[in-house]
Amino acid sequence: MEFFDLIRKPWPWYVAGPLIGLTVPTLLLIGNKSFGISSSLRHICAACLPATIPYFHYNWRKEIWNLIFVMGILIGGFLATQFLGNPDAFQVAPATVADLKALGIQDFSGLMPADLFSFANLFTLKGFFFCAGRVPGRIWYTMGGRMHLGPLHNGIIEPPVAIAGGDLLFYGRWVCYDSFDTTLYSEVGLME
Amino acid sequence: MQQAEEFDVLACDAPNDMKKEETGFANLKYLIVGILFGIVFVKAEIISWFRIQEMFRLQSFHMYGVIGSAVVVGMISVWLIKRFNIKTLSGETVEFHPKKFSRGQIYGGLLFGLGWAITGACPGPLFAQIGSGYVVVLVTLLSALAGTWTYGYLRDKLPH
Repeated sequence: MEFFDLIRKPWPWYVAGPLIGLTVPTLLLIGNKSFGISSSLRHICAACLPATIPYFHYNWRKEIWNLIFVMGILIGGFLATQFLGNPDAFQVAPATVADLKALGIQDFSGLMPADLFSFANLFTLKGFFFCAGRVPGRIWYTMGGRMHLGPLHNGIIEPPVAIAGGDLLFYGRWVCYDSFDTTLYSEVGLME
Repeated sequence: MQQAEEFDVLACDAPNDMKKEETGFANLKYLIVGILFGIVFVKAEIISWFRIQEMFRLQSFHMYGVIGSAVVVGMISVWLIKRFNIKTLSGETVEFHPKKFSRGQIYGGLLFGLGWAITGACPGPLFAQIGSGYVVVLVTLLSALAGTWTYGYLRDKLPH
C-alpha cells in the first residue's frame, strides 16, 4: 500500500501542474472540446434564467458537456477528500500564517479557514463578504452581534428550541438568531 | 434570433466543436475527466484559500509552479496537435480559436483577481471546494452566477 500512502500526501506542483495542463489535449482529442470552466457559469444562466438577454440566448444544450465536466470536478473534490485525505496536518507557509494571524485568522487546520468559510460566519458581515466577494458592495444585511444557525442535529439544521435573549430571524429554510447567551448552544457543539 | 447566432459563434470560451452529435452516454467521458481534474485540484491543495494567500503574498512557489507548468504542458500539447495534425477520437480535425485582445480583458482581469484573492477560488476550484464539503461555498457560486448574469445584462454598456 505504499503507492496509496504516497497519493494521500499532498501532491507537489510538478505533478499537479502537468496533469492540469494535460486536460487541454485530453478534451481536444476525446471530443474536440476547448478547455474552459468559467463558461459553465454562462451556461447555467442560459439554462435557468436567460430572461431577454441576448448573451444568454444560444443553444446551451450543445455545451452540456461543460456542465457535466464541472459536475465531475465536484464529485472529484468529494472523492479526493473522502478517500484520499491527507493523513498529516495541513501546512501553510510560516510567513503567511503570521500575516493572516495578524489579520485575525485563527483556524489553520484545513484548506479553508472556518473564520471566513462556515455557515456560522456567513451571516456576519465578514463571512458574507468573503463568500460573496464577487458581488462588491452588495451588503444586504448587518447585525450587531454574531449570528448563528440553529442547533445541528444529525446533520439537519433545526430551529432553536429556546431563544436566548435574541431576535429570531428567518432566512429561507435556515433559522438564524442573534445569540447573546452562547452557553445554551455550546451543548450541541455548534459553537466553540 | 440573428443576434443569438452571432453570440453562439463568437463568445463561448470553451466551445464544443465536435461535428458528430454525442449521446448522453458519450458525455460520461467528460464526467470522468472532470472527476480526475477535481481530484488533482484537491490533492495539490490549489482549492485552498491559504494557497491563494501564499501566492498573492509571494510567500510560496507552489501555485506559480502549478500554473506555470500547466501552461507549458498545455502549450506543448497544442503545438504537437497542430504540428502533427493529430485527429480526435472520432477522426475530426481539432479546432482552435485564436483569441483577440480587447481592453475588456484588462478590466475583467483586475476584477477577476479581486474575486480570486478574496474567495480563494476561480470557477474550477469553486466546484471542487463544494465537493470537498465546504458547502458554504455554494454562496460563492451563487454570487459568481449573479456576476455572470449581471455581465450579460450590462454587456452592451460595458467597455470591451
